[in-house]
Amino acid sequence: METIKIMGTDDTPTVILDAQNDIFEISGRSLPEDVTAFYDPVLTWLDEYSSSPNAKTIFTFKLVYFNTASSKLLLDILMKLEQMTEAGNDVLVRWYYPEDDEDMQEAGEEYADIVDVPFEQVGYTLS
Amino acid sequence: MDKKNVKGFLEFVYDFYKSMKAHEITLVYEGEITHQITKAFTSLTESNMAKEEESNSVQKKVFHVMVECLQNISKHADSFGSDDFLFAGRGIFMVSKGDEEYHVTTGNVIENAKIEELSKILDHINTLDKEGLKQLYKTQMREGRLSEKGGAGLGFIDIARKTGRKLEYHFLPIDEDTSFFVLTSTIPRTE
Repeated sequence: METIKIMGTDDTPTVILDAQNDIFEISGRSLPEDVTAFYDPVLTWLDEYSSSPNAKTIFTFKLVYFNTASSKLLLDILMKLEQMTEAGNDVLVRWYYPEDDEDMQEAGEEYADIVDVPFEQVGYTLS
Repeated sequence: MDKKNVKGFLEFVYDFYKSMKAHEITLVYEGEITHQITKAFTSLTESNMAKEEESNSVQKKVFHVMVECLQNISKHADSFGSDDFLFAGRGIFMVSKGDEEYHVTTGNVIENAKIEELSKILDHINTLDKEGLKQLYKTQMREGRLSEKGGAGLGFIDIARKTGRKLEYHFLPIDEDTSFFVLTSTIPRTE
């Protein structure tokens, strides 16, 4: 499968989807000008990946900011991961939040409530 | 401009400056709100807040509110009015900073036909407490669809959640078909 590697900017996140090396990650800031255009390739990639996924998929979200339009697309990604779980695949979501960012922690809790997928919250300190 | 008008204009500039100072306005803009403008204003305000050593949580809240307010205008402001100063995606945007709080204010033209629906949404948000807002956000995220322009119907809910205040808004009539919609959000500087 092809690898997706998008380097982050001040308004778009870093996205790495690399099945060979078991890296599935979205990190940084997300307020793209066109959220649909930005996240479409990610969703398409996940569709393809879910037809023959790795033995275990650990998907990392390490965002410091996302706008409301992005929040909707992040849910779409999580719903794809939920479908994979429902199909019997081993999926784990790791939601990283800065220790002092209650809103980001709460956002993770909310997603964990909405989607039925193993979900781990990990606080970290910004250095 | 003849000599008298020039003098009048220069006096206006000083009055304008004094008004800005009196209302503690740190940023004011009128025009089209594009993605570039959104990025420029948020990064300008961010660096100002960092310089003034504003707390991280206040900085984040102001950033959130600014982005959602700016995107509201760029996605929803209506293209009405006879002359060239009223265009789609245009509006006024203001940030003011007092001792106790920040204010982020937007104003844009809206079709009168849309006022009822918009008031209903805003009033409903204003009846909700923290938990209610959280539930509404989750429902809207799950069930809402992205509009053509990429609006998710989540901006106002997010502003209410981030500020912990009611949404203060007002409609001022322009003509038979349109009004000016003003919304001001308050972000307390103290926790």
